[in-house]
Amino acid sequence: MSGTWKKIPKRALLPAFVLGCMLMLTGCHGSRQDLEAFAVPEDFDASAQHEITFWAKNDTNKTQTTIYEQAIADFQELYPNIKVNLRLYTDYGKIYNDVITNIATGTTPNVCITYPDHIATYLTGTNLVVPLEELFRHEKYGLGGREVLFDAPSADEIIPQFLEECSFGGHYYAVPYMRSTEACYINKTYVEALGYRLPEVLTWDFVWEVAEAATAKDSEENYVVNGQKVMIPFIYKSTDNMMIQMLRQKNADYSTAEGEILLFHDTTEDLLRTIAEHVETGAFSTFKVSSYPANFLNAGQCIFAVDSTAGATWMGTDAPLLDISKEQLVEFETEVMTIPQFDPEHPQMISQGPSVCIFNKKDSQEVLASWLFVQYLLSDKVQIAYSKTEGYVPVTSKAQSTAEYQEYLSGCGEDNTEHYDVKIKAAQLLLDNTGHTFVTPVFSGSASLRDAAGQLIENTVKSVRRGQTIDDAYFDTLYSDIISRYRLDQSGQNRASVSYGKADLGKLPLTSVILLWSLAGVWLLIILYVFFRILKKKR
Amino acid sequence: MKKMTALFLSLALVFACVGCGNSGQTSGSGEGSNAGVENDVKSEGVMTYEEYAAAALESEVVIEAYVQAKQSWWEKEGQGLCTVYTQDKDGAYFLYDMPCSKEDYDKLVPGTKLKVTGYKAEWSGEVEIIDATFEIIEGSYIAQAEDVTALLGQEDLIKKQNKFVSFKGMTVEAAKDPDGNVITDENGNEAAFLYNWDGSGQDGDDLYFNVSVNGATYSFLVESYLCDNTTDVYAAVKNLKVGDKIDMEGFLYWYNGVNPHIISVKAAN
Repeated sequence: MSGTWKKIPKRALLPAFVLGCMLMLTGCHGSRQDLEAFAVPEDFDASAQHEITFWAKNDTNKTQTTIYEQAIADFQELYPNIKVNLRLYTDYGKIYNDVITNIATGTTPNVCITYPDHIATYLTGTNLVVPLEELFRHEKYGLGGREVLFDAPSADEIIPQFLEECSFGGHYYAVPYMRSTEACYINKTYVEALGYRLPEVLTWDFVWEVAEAATAKDSEENYVVNGQKVMIPFIYKSTDNMMIQMLRQKNADYSTAEGEILLFHDTTEDLLRTIAEHVETGAFSTFKVSSYPANFLNAGQCIFAVDSTAGATWMGTDAPLLDISKEQLVEFETEVMTIPQFDPEHPQMISQGPSVCIFNKKDSQEVLASWLFVQYLLSDKVQIAYSKTEGYVPVTSKAQSTAEYQEYLSGCGEDNTEHYDVKIKAAQLLLDNTGHTFVTPVFSGSASLRDAAGQLIENTVKSVRRGQTIDDAYFDTLYSDIISRYRLDQSGQNRASVSYGKADLGKLPLTSVILLWSLAGVWLLIILYVFFRILKKKR
Repeated sequence: MKKMTALFLSLALVFACVGCGNSGQTSGSGEGSNAGVENDVKSEGVMTYEEYAAAALESEVVIEAYVQAKQSWWEKEGQGLCTVYTQDKDGAYFLYDMPCSKEDYDKLVPGTKLKVTGYKAEWSGEVEIIDATFEIIEGSYIAQAEDVTALLGQEDLIKKQNKFVSFKGMTVEAAKDPDGNVITDENGNEAAFLYNWDGSGQDGDDLYFNVSVNGATYSFLVESYLCDNTTDVYAAVKNLKVGDKIDMEGFLYWYNGVNPHIISVKAAN
């Protein structure tokens, strides 16, 4: 998952701190009422005023927030009776937790940028998230419908692979907004200085070999390749992606589409053992353990930095966005390649990026207004403008094929701002490899499984650095700890319950259990009391 | 019978309050007078600050220190985690993402003494204790802010990392975009602060502002988890004007260089 960007030393942005409590409060206040299923109104009421809220995620990027603001202004000009209130976030996790909190109080936003994994959890109440199939094909207000007041894409013009990522539980619960993948940003200068040439397709073997070579030090304990005291040759930003992609490339299990957890097996252990070996020598580290890969790469302290293509503007000597001082910056040639592969003949990489969902409301006109705005986010103007801010690609073939977008791509390297070569190469990487991307199954609990996959790597890295023994017993304990921590041992039936829309809320807190038993006791006593009173009167 | 019913109803109400009222979060400001810590003798097996400072990264450390402020408490996968600024008479310790129940978090008021066992780590230059466990022990100490203005730009500043510090007589400078261009507000005046480092945020996000002394300019911030938009310091920074002379207090956090988390801003004396 693409995460937060620089200048946010909050490695874990504050989520809703009382997630469990808020879910419990739902029971206490009963403020959320189940909604009727959304039905598309006959007509959009242009005479009534509608106010909708849009929770949007940006990569701590002023240009992106400006684009959101402009899109809202343009949309409101087309639809003066719709007012869009923008709330900005820089982290998907924070949006997720705030949505959960607001589900409990019945105050969800109308439109929300999110991940499909998270939507699976949002489906905690009946009809909470609007299924979009009917809206897609609606003659008047559907994608490119005849009464839509702007040039919207048709359903066929959304890249099918990206659209399919938003389909789960038998419905389309979102539309893609932007797409990215991961890329390996490489200090090519150092690779060649170490006597290697980059292969056509980057492999894990190659990366590990070069990374090990880069750990050589001179007699004064400086790294030979950069002459500095610091060198972490290979840094991975998102270790959940790392594990997921490694397993996929190995054709190894992760989960079934129904939500059966299959992460804990010998192949996973083999991968962790390999990672451990390279942590031991200092050849590998992670964002969570060390810091942003871009900062090390730009300081000449990293050779292979794997991060989202949506982080490309931070990568390289000439990066438009920098998080280290100019004095720390080192001159080098940056190469952008696909993530390392086990089978270079059949490259595989994750597809990621923001999607947009619509929360149901009592007023179907309000929902229709939300849908029109979502559709506007898919218009060429918004798609092209936003995709230019990072190594994103537009999600419609309509936007991708415009002269404007093609000119943008062909201008690669013309300047270090809009046409910054690393950024456009990153976007091109996804355009060239869309057919090689994949996503993981979405089900209630899939977000936890994703976290668990990353935590296996993080724990292994930390354990090696702390001098702990990595053996069979270690992995037994690690698996057990992670299964317990992420509650992966709970019923697979619950986790696969997207179609029923029930989230796994875990065990009831003790206070709730006591409360419920107390209430039951009181009611029993009241009934007994009334019963005896009646009996007494009769006598 | 009526009495029994009333008793049960009361009990049910009490439990209901317990269940529903457990929301909200407080954050300490770290402000307060020095209560003294003359007898701050470490328990057996506990490191002095000097020993902690000398300990290798990734090694296990055991320290005793006093809460000066707390940044946040949150829950992940059913586990509560908190981030706390602590200090003893010799130095400071930043406790990052420490497992902690909400009940215990509420007890971590400024001055509270903790015994902490964890691992020393470094992230972007910030030395901290992670994967820690703690216990609350007897004792109390609230540090006075140490004036480190003269150390800005000096190598020795890092020795004060995470401590409660003050900066005196600094001048507010114009906020700039990533390209170094001065940012103006809606009235055309030079902006004195930004929401997030590049202005991409909104009210409620971190406030970044530039301040200078002795010809050098530094980026300070109001960390929104430590001091949110309801606090005095948040309002004070939003009211700053370029050219204002100010005194500040805060915690000497590090992020690729000094990056203080400011909790108090006042006009310079």
